[in-house]
Amino acid sequence: MCRDLATEVEKLLLQPGSYVRKKAVLTAVHMIRKVPELSNIFLPPCAQLLHERHHGILLGTITLITELCERSPAALKHFRKVVPQLVQILRTLVTTGYSTEHSISGVSDPFLQVQILRLLRILGRNHEESSETMNDLLAQVATNTDTSRNAGNAVLFETVLTIMDTRSAAGLRVLAVNILGRFLLNNDKNIRYVALTSLLRMVQSDHSAVQRHRPTVVECLREPDASLSRRALELSLALVNSSNVRAMTQELQSFLESCPPDLRADCASGILLAAERFAPTKRWHIDTILRVLTTAGTHVRDDAVANLTQLIGGAQELHAYSVRRLYSALAEDISQQPLVQVAAWCIGEYGDLLLEGSCEETEPLQVKEEEVLALLEKVLQSHMSLPATRGYALTALMKLSTRLRGDNNRIRQVVSIYGSCVDVELQQRAVEYNTLFRKYDHMRAAILEKMPLVERGGTQDEEAKESKEAQLSEAALVSTEPPASKLLDLLDLLDSSSGAAQPPPPLEPSPGGTLGHLLDLPCASPAPASVPNLRVFEREGLQLNLSFVRPPETPALLLITVTAVNTSGADVTHFVCQAAVPKSFQLQLQAPSGDTVPAQGGLPVTQLLRIFNPNKAPLRLKLRLTYHHLGQSVQEIFEVNNLPAETWQ
Amino acid sequence: MIKFFLMVNKQGQTRLSKYYEHVEMNKRTLLETEVIKSCLSRSSEQCSFIEFKDFKLIYRQYAALFIVVGVNDTENEMAIYEFIHNFVEVLDEYFSRVIMFNLDKVHIILDEMVLNGCIVETNRARILAPLLILDKMSES
Repeated sequence: MCRDLATEVEKLLLQPGSYVRKKAVLTAVHMIRKVPELSNIFLPPCAQLLHERHHGILLGTITLITELCERSPAALKHFRKVVPQLVQILRTLVTTGYSTEHSISGVSDPFLQVQILRLLRILGRNHEESSETMNDLLAQVATNTDTSRNAGNAVLFETVLTIMDTRSAAGLRVLAVNILGRFLLNNDKNIRYVALTSLLRMVQSDHSAVQRHRPTVVECLREPDASLSRRALELSLALVNSSNVRAMTQELQSFLESCPPDLRADCASGILLAAERFAPTKRWHIDTILRVLTTAGTHVRDDAVANLTQLIGGAQELHAYSVRRLYSALAEDISQQPLVQVAAWCIGEYGDLLLEGSCEETEPLQVKEEEVLALLEKVLQSHMSLPATRGYALTALMKLSTRLRGDNNRIRQVVSIYGSCVDVELQQRAVEYNTLFRKYDHMRAAILEKMPLVERGGTQDEEAKESKEAQLSEAALVSTEPPASKLLDLLDLLDSSSGAAQPPPPLEPSPGGTLGHLLDLPCASPAPASVPNLRVFEREGLQLNLSFVRPPETPALLLITVTAVNTSGADVTHFVCQAAVPKSFQLQLQAPSGDTVPAQGGLPVTQLLRIFNPNKAPLRLKLRLTYHHLGQSVQEIFEVNNLPAETWQ
Repeated sequence: MIKFFLMVNKQGQTRLSKYYEHVEMNKRTLLETEVIKSCLSRSSEQCSFIEFKDFKLIYRQYAALFIVVGVNDTENEMAIYEFIHNFVEVLDEYFSRVIMFNLDKVHIILDEMVLNGCIVETNRARILAPLLILDKMSES
């Protein structure tokens, strides 16, 4: 419809009646929104319409031009020519005195002014010439507008936005920041709100200018109004730098204590981030994190615990100090889960330092062994503790068995009780620890000694990931796992192979480290298959074929394409194929093309296997298929025999 | 761009609603209840701009009536705030009595002022001109 009526609308744009023209202009805007190609039709009349006196038409025209410029850069260039004209219109608006028709509380047609300013902003963005033409005008508007009423403030706000977005002179930018500063001191909440919003946008480009208003921004944190305090929070977090970090963190922490719950998470993570970037000393850093955890423990991000433990582990000289602080914090309150987790870990690691006696940085704290054990038991039994927290506490208890000088009976008791816990994770740990006490007592001290410093994730691959997993799951007990029995051979094979293909654990932000070095292998387009295909499986019409490719550049790599074809009359659904290889190989299963093999020889399902065989060991391949066919669910496990020797030599 | 325009009374009932962007009927009531809840719960010293999902709400209270306008991010909030006041003044000039008896006229006025989400006319005389002509024709 728009296309049909476009020419009609264009004609109407030039009609004598102003009422019609005004509506026609906005119809054009709507058309352009729906069908951007029509913008060519509406380009020419715009220049003429700008000469109008009627403000309604002008308003519509400006909107039309704005819309055109937003949609196409060619239009933008075209309309840069009209910048002087716009400047002229705005100037007349600003300088004419009171006109009964258009003035709203002393400002002549603020809506038109705002629209023109917005258009000037779009035209002047990244364009030196236009910005220069606008400079004087913007200064004039900024100084002349009456700010006692809201209308004036609206125009001023738009002016400030325009100054910030275009390439205006430095003096003008300073003027803009000052205006915003003045807004901030205004009593009217609305004005403060817009000032905070615009300062937030400016803080990237004019950081030092905004810093001057930092005290006022911090004041706004204390506002009861939620929108204002949210804005103030964002701005304060952006303003933190190394010189003011202590004062700002102080303010932010008192804000954290009193802020509404939806802002807590943002505030807490903001403080932690700022502390990480600008911490003057490690001790201050630990203190800050501790304080955040005590006030808003439940709202911090998941990796805060990991970060803190890593930080404490790294600060050797502060071990005694941190373990004491954490102990007292824990003694007061065991409900904040991240805090409890960190405290439990610390007490477990550095329990001996806790009991030693005095430490010069805190008041002397006499802690008896029984108290420590009682506290950890309390954590274990509390209904507020998450299963993860319980895990931490149990492991901490275990570690204390080597650190404390007293008898281990109490610890052994607790551990054996948890051997029949309902939670599988806890039960496993308790059983393992029990075994540690009974059969492997001689190894206990070695296993439970202090952990080495964990590297922060980043670009490290598997070792770092595994050590992080070790840190969180306290898996120093790998050696005590029961040896795999022969019956579990296949599962072992399957597990170890599918393990390589699993995505990296969620707490590790670096993308796909495990798969990284597998994928590094050059994936050349498959060379012509020098190895014959192999049919490995057939049942009731479902056939599985393997085709092999050995890319010449990488002799250790073998690419197998598994193809499943269904010649029966019924579809095969939920088709899953898993593979297992001996431990010396590395296997990577890529995603299959689908999980349904259509009947009657329809499109086969293919899946690619990459096997890396650096030792050129004989290849053994076990396949496991599960699918639904003819109303039954089928599971087949078989080893692929008669694999041609070319696949692994 | 203005997304919607609502007039709500203090009990939370929508008196007038105008949407400039298509929203399905059942979603409208949901949207309105949420919007009303956030506006009514604010006290008089809090600022009149609220962030709500992906657009901004600007509201203004006049005795027992709340006028709420939802805009997208590009609009100048203070200008819209002023616009609401302008609208109310126009209504004041036209209606000497309570508005609610003549909702169709209010719709006409709103249509004169806002077209497809853009403000088109703010001059009181020009907005009311068509209405006055209509009135004259219906009288005669």
